[in-house]
Amino acid sequence: MLHIEIDGKKLVVEEGAMVIEAAEAAGIYIPRFCYHKKLSVAANCRMCLVEVERVAKPVPACATPVTEGMRVFTQSAKTADAQKGVMEFLLINHPLDCPVCDQGGECELQDLAVGYGRDVSRFQEAKRIVADKDIGPLISTEMTRCIHCTRCVRFGQEIGGIMELGATGRGEHMRIGTYVEAGVDSELSGNMIDLCPVGALTSKPYRYTARPWELINKPSVSPHDCVGTNLDVQVRRNKVMRILPRENEAINEVWLADRDRFSYVALHGGERLKAPLVRDGGVWREVDWEIALDRATEGLRGAIGRHGPAAFAALASAQLTVEEGFLLQRLVRGLGSDNIDHRLRELDFRDDTRAPLFPGLGQAIQDLERVDAALLIGSNVRKEQPLLGHRLRKAFLEGARIAAINPLDFPFVFDLAAKAIVTPAAMVETTARVAWAVARRMRIELPAELRALTDVGAPGTAEEAIAEVLCGGRRRAVLLGALASTHPQAAELRGLARFIAQVIQAPCGELPCGNGAGAWLAGVLPHRGPMGRSRATSGRPAAEMFDGSQKAFLLADVEPVLDSRHGERARKAMEAADCVVALSIFRGEALDYADVVLPWAPYTETDGTFVNAEGRFQSFRAAIPPVAEARPGWKILRVLAERLGVDGCSLDSAAAILQELRSIQRTEPAPVAPWTFVPPARPASVLERVATVSLYDSDTIVRRAEPLQRTADRPRPAAYFPPADLAERGLAPGSMLVVTMGTTTVRLEAAADDRVPAGAVFIPAALPETAALPLSGEVTVGAV
Amino acid sequence: MLSEESRAKIDQEIAKYPPEHKQSAVMAALHIAQDEHGWLSVSLMDYVAGLLDMRPIQVYEVASFYTMYDLKPVGRHKISLCTNISCLLRGSDDIASHLKKRLGIGFGETTPDGRFTLKEVECLAACGGAPMFMIDKTYYENLTPGRVDEILDKLE
Repeated sequence: MLHIEIDGKKLVVEEGAMVIEAAEAAGIYIPRFCYHKKLSVAANCRMCLVEVERVAKPVPACATPVTEGMRVFTQSAKTADAQKGVMEFLLINHPLDCPVCDQGGECELQDLAVGYGRDVSRFQEAKRIVADKDIGPLISTEMTRCIHCTRCVRFGQEIGGIMELGATGRGEHMRIGTYVEAGVDSELSGNMIDLCPVGALTSKPYRYTARPWELINKPSVSPHDCVGTNLDVQVRRNKVMRILPRENEAINEVWLADRDRFSYVALHGGERLKAPLVRDGGVWREVDWEIALDRATEGLRGAIGRHGPAAFAALASAQLTVEEGFLLQRLVRGLGSDNIDHRLRELDFRDDTRAPLFPGLGQAIQDLERVDAALLIGSNVRKEQPLLGHRLRKAFLEGARIAAINPLDFPFVFDLAAKAIVTPAAMVETTARVAWAVARRMRIELPAELRALTDVGAPGTAEEAIAEVLCGGRRRAVLLGALASTHPQAAELRGLARFIAQVIQAPCGELPCGNGAGAWLAGVLPHRGPMGRSRATSGRPAAEMFDGSQKAFLLADVEPVLDSRHGERARKAMEAADCVVALSIFRGEALDYADVVLPWAPYTETDGTFVNAEGRFQSFRAAIPPVAEARPGWKILRVLAERLGVDGCSLDSAAAILQELRSIQRTEPAPVAPWTFVPPARPASVLERVATVSLYDSDTIVRRAEPLQRTADRPRPAAYFPPADLAERGLAPGSMLVVTMGTTTVRLEAAADDRVPAGAVFIPAALPETAALPLSGEVTVGAV
Repeated sequence: MLSEESRAKIDQEIAKYPPEHKQSAVMAALHIAQDEHGWLSVSLMDYVAGLLDMRPIQVYEVASFYTMYDLKPVGRHKISLCTNISCLLRGSDDIASHLKKRLGIGFGETTPDGRFTLKEVECLAACGGAPMFMIDKTYYENLTPGRVDEILDKLE
């Protein structure tokens, strides 16, 4: 520890700290533009010049380490003179267009110019003008306003893992740009808007819609992934104007994924459902709540009366709040059915009874940046949970080695030390060989139930390389992603992952969708009640609800055709049902098959709680009242329960519901017999589908957020073959194909993609053009 | 993209630095690439980026900073006129206007016959002989309009 003095204040600071950090900790503000606590030090704006005793010239506080006995003066005449000089230079080329600049009112340059600028400029010459760049649908540029702090450039290099922005040219001619006009392709790009201290980079969707002083800040939590990112929802006159990150070092630090930042655009879009709808003789009619609720009650009661409670099923998205999920399962179970699920894309439920209390990381989010070795199984963590991808990148920059077993060669923001990119069917074998190789290296004798691991064949070079990565380092992690949980043999992948994790003494993490952890804890599952309570009887999991046995459906913020494993089957089941009641934020696909559609409030319009992958409960309040006739989900479910005669749902606030849920004792799953590994049948050499849900198709809100839909991350519907395969099949990119899986056929363009392994064809899921197809299985293709 | 000879020269440059600092060879590599092609196209810079494990933008940053790199095709002879402080004080403005008038082009332009390209460059470290210019790789110092004419007349 060192003793220093800033403005006469005696401070004890850590060695190695910069003057600006020491001042910040003592509550002394030093003006700055290029310095940012999460970025490397550039010291190029010179705004933080301060006087230091016995140093001839003022020094930049951001790049000057503290020394014993140092005396710093942030308010002296010499300091003020230096800072005023710098400000004069910064303003030489900066346009005076504050009245038409979106940054006005929250501009660091504007604020500091008030304190340090002159009232009149001495600069007589012409100002510099820089052509704007089109860097995509999310960020607007006004490069003439740029003061060359290079925060955006450093963000790209250090945080985003991209290097598309740079500073080209020299002196007067220097400019920030992409040189060749490449769209900035990062799932975290919106953070550059927050970092830009001036109005050079601003939000495109928010452009010219509000001034910061008109906005009211409402703390909230993002529903889109299992990180539970903290948000500031900024509101004006009951409308969400924009969303910014709320700093929380343990979860999202100061960052926000683009999905969380821009999805709000959908909330006030034209597709919002404004009033309850009922279908009368095939025609949709807007009605008041009373009539709609009567119709919903009659329809559900009638179908249950005719076919029995087991013919009633509820499907929910993973974006439901814990409170909504809890009431929904109480309603369904109160009606005598256990057919409730939120895992619409999953197929393999054989290991449901041995599942943990909820799928989660098994460690804190912060721990991820401290791992030395990690294995990803079926995960595109960069795009699915962008801020967890960022934590792994931090670990990688500190020397961690990361390996992956994936059906597509995803480009990550970290380098993979080893990888096996194989078809989905081969993933189980590959993982088994890695498990065997790991056990052998760690000198662990295979337990009896895993002896069969040796029957899948000796580990190859790639599998040994992965095992070598996993056996190195001290802190390790195994992570199962969405492509593992939706795998047809997910039980094997989970069993093997748990075994590998046990051998290398690492937590075995799962990365659920959205509020998936909350859905498990709330009991939105066929086999478990709230807080892990086991059920005497198990209901049908989602994948089994579409066989025609279910005559009545209650859909909560979910679109089964787009959101389930096999869109065509889901559509037929919905069409064949006697009664479908949809609780829906938007006028979506429910209009094709439902009988009653009730306007459901999104997370910005309801009180509620999300549980992130760490198991952290985060409650939030409604940012705005529900739009038009929409109502918070827990209120809709309470009224439905009352009308259907189900007890226990008449709670009068989201907080009361949460309290009721939390008063239930957590039941940790009972120990079960060890899991036995049975070697999978050798995968037949057929053309196999690889399906991924892009981050901008993942739920009902983001798929309607138009700016996100125009980014490069939204895949084009096509059948993507490895380039060599495409040539071998004699297909030209762009030619139309008939793609058949089982009895489902769609038409798609052929395309080349070198991320696809041989023997597979990648067809993006959850797009209107591809949703009819099942997520996995054999594909046949033919010419049109 | 580059001849084997150029590749070998670049490899020699790379060998001067520790393997993890391959990118230190970027300036030399760009000179070698420019010597072969006459100028640095985007695809040539991307190629150099690939050789040195750099992102293309990092190479563009270097190439656009130094005036000795040409990002557009140049004529048979490149006149690099220094207009920095010493040359400015010794009359580089007159040399510039004489050159522009004689050649009928401005800075950064090439004569229609492809004979000369005129560039304004930063200090070439010959302040003692200011004003000066460099044609291709030869320095000419203590310039006057008359001397400029003499020099240019001798060039094809």
